This record gives sequence, C-alpha cells and structure tokens, in this order.
Amino acid sequence: MTSDVSGRRVASPSRRRFVTGLAAGGVATGAGLWHLPASASAGRANIPTVLTGTQFDLSIDASPVNFTGRTRPAVTVNGSLPAPVLRWREGDTVTLRVANRLPVESSVHWHGILLPANMDGVPGLSFDGIHPGETFTYRFDIRQSGTYWYHSHSLFQEQAGLYGAIVIDPREPAPYSFDREHVVLLSDWTDLAPASLFRRMKKMAGYDNFHKRTVGDFFDDVSRDGLAATLADRGQWGRMRMTPTDLSDINANTYTYLLNGNAPSGNWTGLFRRGEKVLLRFINGSAMTYFDVRIPGLKMTVVAADGQYIHPVTVDDFRIAVAETFDVIVEPSGQDAYAIFAQDMGRTGYARGTLAVREGLEAPLPVQDPRPILTMDDMGHGGMDHAGMKHGAKGMEGGCGANMGMNGAGHDGMAGMDHGGGMQSHPASERGNPLIDMQTMSPTPKLDDPGIGLRDNGRTVLTYGAMRSLFDDPDGREPERTLELHLTGHMEKFAWSFDGLKFMDAEPLRLNYGERMRIVLVNDTMMTHPIHLHGMWSDVENESGEFHLRKHTVDMPPGTKRSYRVRADALGRWAYHCHLLYHMEAGMMREVRVEERA
Amino acid sequence: MNATRSLLACALSLALAPAWAQDHSHHQMPPAEPATKPAHDHAAMDHATVDHAAMDHAAMDHAAMEHGAQAPPVDHAAMGHGSSGHEPREPIPPLTDADRAAAFPELAHGMHHAPERNSFVMFDRLEAVDVDHGSGQAWEAQAWFGSDLNRLWLRSEGEREHGRTEAADLEVLYGRSVSPWWDVVAGVKHDFKPGDSREWAAFGVQGLAPYKFEFSATAYVGESGATAATVEAEYEVLLTNRLILQPRVEIEAFGKDDPARGLGSGLSTAEAGLRLRYEFTRRFAPYVGVAWERAYGGTADHRRVEGESVEDTRLVAGVRLWF
Repeated sequence: MTSDVSGRRVASPSRRRFVTGLAAGGVATGAGLWHLPASASAGRANIPTVLTGTQFDLSIDASPVNFTGRTRPAVTVNGSLPAPVLRWREGDTVTLRVANRLPVESSVHWHGILLPANMDGVPGLSFDGIHPGETFTYRFDIRQSGTYWYHSHSLFQEQAGLYGAIVIDPREPAPYSFDREHVVLLSDWTDLAPASLFRRMKKMAGYDNFHKRTVGDFFDDVSRDGLAATLADRGQWGRMRMTPTDLSDINANTYTYLLNGNAPSGNWTGLFRRGEKVLLRFINGSAMTYFDVRIPGLKMTVVAADGQYIHPVTVDDFRIAVAETFDVIVEPSGQDAYAIFAQDMGRTGYARGTLAVREGLEAPLPVQDPRPILTMDDMGHGGMDHAGMKHGAKGMEGGCGANMGMNGAGHDGMAGMDHGGGMQSHPASERGNPLIDMQTMSPTPKLDDPGIGLRDNGRTVLTYGAMRSLFDDPDGREPERTLELHLTGHMEKFAWSFDGLKFMDAEPLRLNYGERMRIVLVNDTMMTHPIHLHGMWSDVENESGEFHLRKHTVDMPPGTKRSYRVRADALGRWAYHCHLLYHMEAGMMREVRVEERA
Repeated sequence: MNATRSLLACALSLALAPAWAQDHSHHQMPPAEPATKPAHDHAAMDHATVDHAAMDHAAMDHAAMEHGAQAPPVDHAAMGHGSSGHEPREPIPPLTDADRAAAFPELAHGMHHAPERNSFVMFDRLEAVDVDHGSGQAWEAQAWFGSDLNRLWLRSEGEREHGRTEAADLEVLYGRSVSPWWDVVAGVKHDFKPGDSREWAAFGVQGLAPYKFEFSATAYVGESGATAATVEAEYEVLLTNRLILQPRVEIEAFGKDDPARGLGSGLSTAEAGLRLRYEFTRRFAPYVGVAWERAYGGTADHRRVEGESVEDTRLVAGVRLWF
C-alpha cells in the first residue's frame, strides 16, 4: 500500500513544534509551524509524489518525457521522473515490491542504506536483477536516518531517469530545528540514449569540450604572462596530451540540468513563509555532473552530509559531488523569492529553482562564475611543476607525471623518482599500462580546498575539512591495515579503472568480517571522482589520520590522496565504484567481499 | 507544562548534538565493556546524569549552530584514541546462518557492464579537388573496431581525376596499444590503383605524439621484394572551438623502381595540406583548403617523361565526418 504524504505525515506535528520551540530558546512557541513538504502541494508541472509508510509498490516502466522540446523515452518509477520520494522511519522494517515493466532487466539500489547484501540491488553481486515482468520484494530494517537516494544499478537506467529521493525520519528528533522542508534533487538529462552516449565517449571523449584553449587564448596569455611562460604552459599540457579545460567529460552541450525533474525554464518553486527555517535536502542524483550550489542572498547552514549529522557549518556555496547529499538550513526573510542556483562544475549550464513565498515568483539568477582552468598544481604536480620547468624537456615530461612514450623511458624515470622524498609511489599494475595517461606526483588530502573554480571567489565555500561528524568515531578502533587504491584512467580512450585494472580484470578486494581497516585513495587522473562503497560507511580521516567525517560517497578531486576508515560489519559482496556512471561502466569498479575470518 | 517541555527539550538536546557533551558521556562508559550501547545511540544515554556544566556546553553549541560559526574544536584526546583496544565501541553483530545466506546468495549470472567493444569510423577527408581541366575527388578514411587495447583498423586513401580512379588503397590491420599513446599495427594493404592491384604486408606505429600531433608511420613489404614506407602527421590549430585549421603532411618512399606505376626508388612524394573546417557539430564539419604535392627522385623523373608536372598545388573543398 502506498499513500501520499498529504494524507498522512510521518513526523507528528506536535513533535515538530516541540523541536521548533527548542530552537527558539527553550520556549515552545509552536503555533502550527509545520507545513507540508512543498512537493506534496499541487498545481505544478513536475512534482514527484511522496510515498510514506512501510509498504511500497514501485513500478519501473518506460514513459515519454520532454525536457528539451523533444519527447523522449525515459525510465520512470510509477510514471514519475524523478522517482517518488520515499519517506521511511528509522526503526521500521520496510517492504518494497518493485515491478519491472521494462523489456530489459532492471534493479533498484538504495544508496547509502545499511542493509543485507541481498537487498542492495546490484545485479550480479547482490541478486540476479529484476527480470522483465517480474516483481522483486526488498525488505530490510531501517537502521539510520537522514537524506539518501535510490537509483537503478543496471547499465545506464539511472541516466535515463531511474532515481529518486529517500528521506528517513529519525527516531529521535534531529539536533536542529526547522519549520518546513524541501527535497532538492539535482540531476542531468540527455535526449540521447545513454548507451549511445557511452559509445560516443569511447569514440571521441572530448566531444563536449567546446572551451579548449584557442589561438586567441594563446595571445591573451602571452600578453598577460609573457611568451616564455605561455610557451612553457602550453608545452607542459602538450607533452601530456591533455587539455586543462577538461573539467567534466559530459557537460551542458549534451545535458539539460534538472532540479526535482524540472529544467531551468520549469522553475521548480519551494514555498516558505517569512521567518521560517527551511531544511533543504540536496541530493545529487546526476550520472556525471558535479554542481556548485548557492542561493544568492541566503547563508546556508549545512547540518548533515550523506544523511549523517555534522557540526553545523555556514557557507555561501557548496560543491556537491555525484551521489552526495547535503542537508542545509536556510532562513529566508527580506525577499519574496530566492534563486537556487546550481551551476555545473565546468560552468557550461545550470539547474535552478526558486524559494518563494508563493508560486510564480522568480529571483534574478546570478552570473555564472568564470570557467576554471586546471593547473599542474591541481593534479598534484605542484611540487614538480617549477622544478620541471627549469629542466630539459625530458625532465618536464617526467615532472608532469605523464605516463608517456613509445619506449617506456618515462616509466623508468618515474620508478627512480618514486623513492624520492614525498613522491607518490604507484602500484606495479600501473607501470607501462596503456590505459593510464597520467600519474600524480605529490598528492595531498586537500580537505580544506574549496576546489577548482571555487577558490578565492569571495564566498565561503564548503570543504570536507569544514564538515565534521557530530558524533565520535562510533567504532573507535584504529585501522588494523591499510589498503591503497589508485584512481586511474585514460582521457582519450575513455578508459577508467582502479590501479589500472578494470572491474572485469581485477580480483575482489577482500575484507575480514568485523575488521576495521583503512582505504587510501590516490587520484592519478585529471578528473574528479566520487567514490562510493556499498553496505558500509566510509569514515573520512582528517590530515592527522583521525576520524573526521562519515560519508557514503567520498569525493576525490584531481591531485588528492584521501583516507577513510571502513568497519567491515556487513557480510557479503558489495559494489565499490566511481559514481560517475560512465566511469563505472567503463570499469572503474571493484567488488568488495566481506568474509568471515577462516 | 511549558516548563516541563523545556526541561525535557534541554535534556534531549544534550543527548543529541554537542560533541563535548558526547565526549563527556563517553568518559562515563567503561571502555572495557564492548557490550555498551553504541555511542551514537542517544536514547541510551542517561539524561539524569547530565550536570549543569554540560548544559552550558550544550547551550554554547546551540548558539554556534544558530550563527553558523564553526563549532569549537574537537577534543581529540577524547576521540578515537581513548579506546585504543581492539574491541569496537559499537559491537560487531554476531553472524547467524540467515546473515550468511543473505550475504552470499546464489546468482545465475555475473555483472553486466557496458560493452567492451566499440567502433569508430571517420572520413577525415572527403573532398572535391580543383584539378587542371576538370574535377577530381579524394578521400582518406579510417575506422577501428574493438576494445581499448586491441582493435581492428581499416584505413583507406584514394583519389580520382576526370572520373577515373588514379589511386586507391585499403589497409586491414590489427592494432594493439603498447603504451598510453601508441599502437603498433600489422596487417595487409591492398592497392587497387595505380596499375594492377597488388598486396603488401604492413607494419607500423600510430598514435598521438607529444604536443598532440597525430602521427603514423608504416612500412610495407610487397611482392617480389618491393618495399615502401609512409609517414603521416596531422595537427589541429583551434582558431575557435569550432573553426579549426588542420595542417597535414604525408611522405611516401619506395625501395625499388616501379616504372609501370611511375614510381622511383627513394623519396617519392611529399604532400602538405592545410584545411580549415567548421564543426557545425563534432560529427559534421565542411572545410576548404589547399593541398600541395611534389614528386622527388625517380618518381619526379617519370612524371617529367609523361609530361606531368612535378609539383602541384590544388584547392580542395570537402567534409569531415565520423560516426
């Protein structure tokens, strides 16, 4: 049985008022401040339904949609894109009957949810998928609360529309108060069949980059930086055969960015009343797009990341990696309308919506930020950059970490350098590997770095360093061992892997049930990768190696080396992958197998 | 009523948010007892033990949230290191057979991923040539089918003048990536023209040289000891991101004289082209350009004998497309 939230609400109004009262200084003022989630109100074009309770019937089907002026087929749940918001309660056992009405196999994965492996929804690891015409029943206990999402784990169905929000109401009141809440689900839509988009990436990976540096840019740079510096810069990139404007593989040239399933022109509107505290549950349900989000005129207080409470941190702007969720509280007042502006990381387009006191209002959109250009420093070549520039061409090539050459001389050079002070070493499987076009030289955690395109912009920007779990390390043990994995790839071939080995060529990573271990990731590519481990938390460590931030998806910008603790308390076979859908499909994935100690 | 509520509210807030208060409560937990309730199980905390000092801290934290300032620094001494033992604070659940069955279900098939094999077909040049007294056409195409590392390559080049095919060849090659930027190729080349058709065995390298030059070099061994070599390089100059100038050079050499085809040994011909294309889409780009060719050595001699010019400059117009 499913029902609309307008019929029954999960959290009782009295409890909400109660929490509101607490925020107002210990006096329970409560006067009907609880309102329906905006998504439950009627009268707009595309509003995902909210389903609540413990029994859910979901039907996966193909439905026509139109975001661009062309009607195209999408994969929908109960006829909706995004899929309905699922509202669960911590402590409940939920039953979800998922019927597949597609002519091909399908699946639903509950992203970030702790559950038995056979409920995780990854065909080939946790179950056999849901065959056409079949209904699969998922049933599991809800052991957590917060904002999460769900999506298909079958080929490219997620890109085609099979994604939706999960909101789990906590058993105990949240450590913050709010009067109203809205889910803000960001995503990317393409009119292309996603499988043909993948094939296009294999044919010409740089297809969408219409911001490569031109002859005109060369002369601009010469007049700004001088001829020698410009030639040196072009030389470095040229020797690496790379393009510093490659920020994302697929951008607005292909995608239309959606907010709650609305194109920018659709102007999704979330209502508020003056003086209210509004909780916005941001979810990045994109296949390939990082968004930089701000609401001009409003400070945003981030209170949860990936569903888990953090010490509140107030920012003007945050970057949300694919698959991450952030809960933010805003207190709109003084304006009737505020723009929610989510520009893609490459500054090629945006998703937008409006917070307003009534329907039909718009706030002016801010000017898109300047398009960033990657530097050698961004890719962890900073230390070598200057040294390299003073040496001969050979030294520079090594210095840039480009995996080079017909003769492999570069690798020998690298091998020698690996043992140098502070120099990053690389796994043997990367050496001489044709599927690796770059290796980082001196990566760092960069936890306090706002990221490419967000530095020094005069705004306070969220960083991993600024977010800190509200709780202590729930496990408390020091990791018994460390596993280092490198994120690797080849831009031109659009080949992606861990340690230079694709999923199908690699053995599973084996974890012992109950152990506390550490994963260290090193990004050997120029792209940013959101790395997601199913079934268990990824407890990001600070630069001193201490428990810092509980996540289900860890963002890995270029040039970073980040570590996190994993408590292997979930027996079974789990997917572990880059959450850029096309990277995963290209092979940037591993099976993590948690087994009992022999 | 309100007062009771507020009190309860305070207690709850203590149980929930402030790190300091949490640390405090941890100190009260016997670390040697793994069976203690999970640290984040707030409901388990004894609210009655909360003292006023802790309440102050709670209030502080609350204020911090209201103003959005950074919360006070973590007491690292109280974190993680406190329980350095091997027992987790939150006990690892013992496993049941049901857990084991749920963890490793029997599966009928492995994971499906996107296909490993892909393809690419590109007509780099498909052009009309302004030749003396009439019209001509020329093409250069290449295609690959296969994986990231192992590919079947097809390459073809040719030209027609006055409705007659002057030269045409097709190469069928196996290519293997030997480094990030270089493939070695081996296979056969079939010359349809000039002269009678003939076969070559082909060996070469192709790839992207530093500074992003597209480069290929191929050696050929033909019937009765014939040998040949071709080197080709292309570059792209971005005037804008759609208006692209493509310089291209190609050099051919032969090991033996071949009078029937008008070829001399040694360096035979050098071609240089400059084509300016406009990418209406990535896949479709019309262009105009100029192509220069010069014959050398024996080949030049043959042309002189035939009354042909040794050097030729032509205007070209065509389209570049791929799928």
